[in-house]
Amino acid sequence: MSGDRITKALLFISSLTILLLSTGIVISLFGGAIPAFREFGLGFIFSSAWNPTAGNEEYGAMSFIAGTVITSLLALIICIPMAFTTSLFIAEYYRGTRTSGILRSLIDLLAGIPSIVYGFWGFYALRPLLVSTGLSDQGFGVFTASLVLAIMIVPYATSLSAEIISMVPAELKEAAYSLGATRREVIFSVVIPSARSGIIASFILALGRALGETMAVTMLIGNANVIPKGLFAPGNTMASVIANQFGEASGLKMSALIAVGLLLFLITALVNYLGKLIIKRFA
Amino acid sequence: MNNTPQSDPVLDIRNLFIAYEPERYAVKDVSASVKRNRITAIMGPSGCGKSTLLRAMNRLHELYPNIQTKGDILLEGQSIFSMSVIELRRRVGMVFQRPNPFPNMTIYENVVAGFSLNDIRLKKNQRDEIVENALRNVALWDEVKESLFRKGTFLSGGQQQRLCVARAIAFNPDVLLLDEPTSALDPVATSKIEDLLGELKKKYTLVLVTHNMSQAARISDESMFMYLGELVESGPTGTLFTTPKDPRTEAYLTGKFG
Repeated sequence: MSGDRITKALLFISSLTILLLSTGIVISLFGGAIPAFREFGLGFIFSSAWNPTAGNEEYGAMSFIAGTVITSLLALIICIPMAFTTSLFIAEYYRGTRTSGILRSLIDLLAGIPSIVYGFWGFYALRPLLVSTGLSDQGFGVFTASLVLAIMIVPYATSLSAEIISMVPAELKEAAYSLGATRREVIFSVVIPSARSGIIASFILALGRALGETMAVTMLIGNANVIPKGLFAPGNTMASVIANQFGEASGLKMSALIAVGLLLFLITALVNYLGKLIIKRFA
Repeated sequence: MNNTPQSDPVLDIRNLFIAYEPERYAVKDVSASVKRNRITAIMGPSGCGKSTLLRAMNRLHELYPNIQTKGDILLEGQSIFSMSVIELRRRVGMVFQRPNPFPNMTIYENVVAGFSLNDIRLKKNQRDEIVENALRNVALWDEVKESLFRKGTFLSGGQQQRLCVARAIAFNPDVLLLDEPTSALDPVATSKIEDLLGELKKKYTLVLVTHNMSQAARISDESMFMYLGELVESGPTGTLFTTPKDPRTEAYLTGKFG
């Protein structure tokens, strides 16, 4: 066999492995979720019951879907102003300067901090702070989790949107400057409109990250299997309930957890697909 | 149109040095002048500093903090470095190498972009008039009057470039800088732009950077030849092309380099 054919075969085999792996994951998710869906039907998605008592078992995903969606959206809302302004700062206002370079490395550094460290920081630094404001008794809950989640997705959203903003062609900006526009006018009338869809997409992708984030949220959200009753009330997310309960689960409960995982997978895939679609259409 | 006393030249470049890196000059000690209602062509091989010189005339280099400029340029007798950069750029318009209409704006919005970008509010009939005049001046009106509210990026390359000229003259500038405006265009579109420049010089003073000698010979009145950052020779185009004084100019014109 010629070297060329060997290379081709090797590449083919490794690509096939990836394909088999992802198909396998999807199949086992679906397979594992079947008992739960057979027992509760589509009602599994909309029910907020979570009762593992033997003989009385009843499971539903709604509390966790609500917890996931609420914390993620709240994190996104907190993240947008920070990430948007920072990306403008590094990719446009201070483009090419030392300050921007340092800031960029710091953002990459933040993006590389493991989730458990953020959770730890939230637990020991942020939670007591919240308790001292009197807004929350123990400091656990949706708000604490969202805040840490926001801090975790800011670096990701920032570097994505900075990338998009720095792709706005110099010739467009020069055209605007040569018409006598000021920096602010160039940014708001040329840079942001040209980069708008890309910026939106980068926030959608950041939302995708927030949806699946597990460790830090688990440490802060309070792990109450109910739909959160307020900003400072405890709740649980899809990822957290799996992390908390899979160890002691079996039978129907295990199947319910897998079904929650399947739903999380579908939601995250959909959000990521949307974000990539927007980037593709406008890049 | 011009209330300032008609001092000739319009632009007077004095001992201009421009460096992209410390002590490495892209433009070295250039002194030259640009005459009113003429087309002045700046020629030279790639990397000779011709675009760098042009972009100094509306202080575009200031967008890039590492570029350093020494020397002076006078616009109607006044140093451009003592003016507000906004006022300068309104008086000295620019057209770029590649057509660059704003992709988020319609044809109409592109023409009045100079006003909207500067937050200058105009009445609708004033705007309509400016748009029509500017588009007529670049011979684009008849081609686009039915589609003024479509995006400018739908036009052909040549039409886009004329739209960019319209955008630059909508402000009625004193000087129009053109940085190889036809290098991205086909021959038909190029000759349309060249005809247009011949018309525009009646109203404006034009400075044209080109690497195309025959274009400079066809349409310019005055020529400058630059080589390795220096202004080798300048003068009336006819004289410079027929009896160049410097051997380097002659070598360039006869195709020995460039």
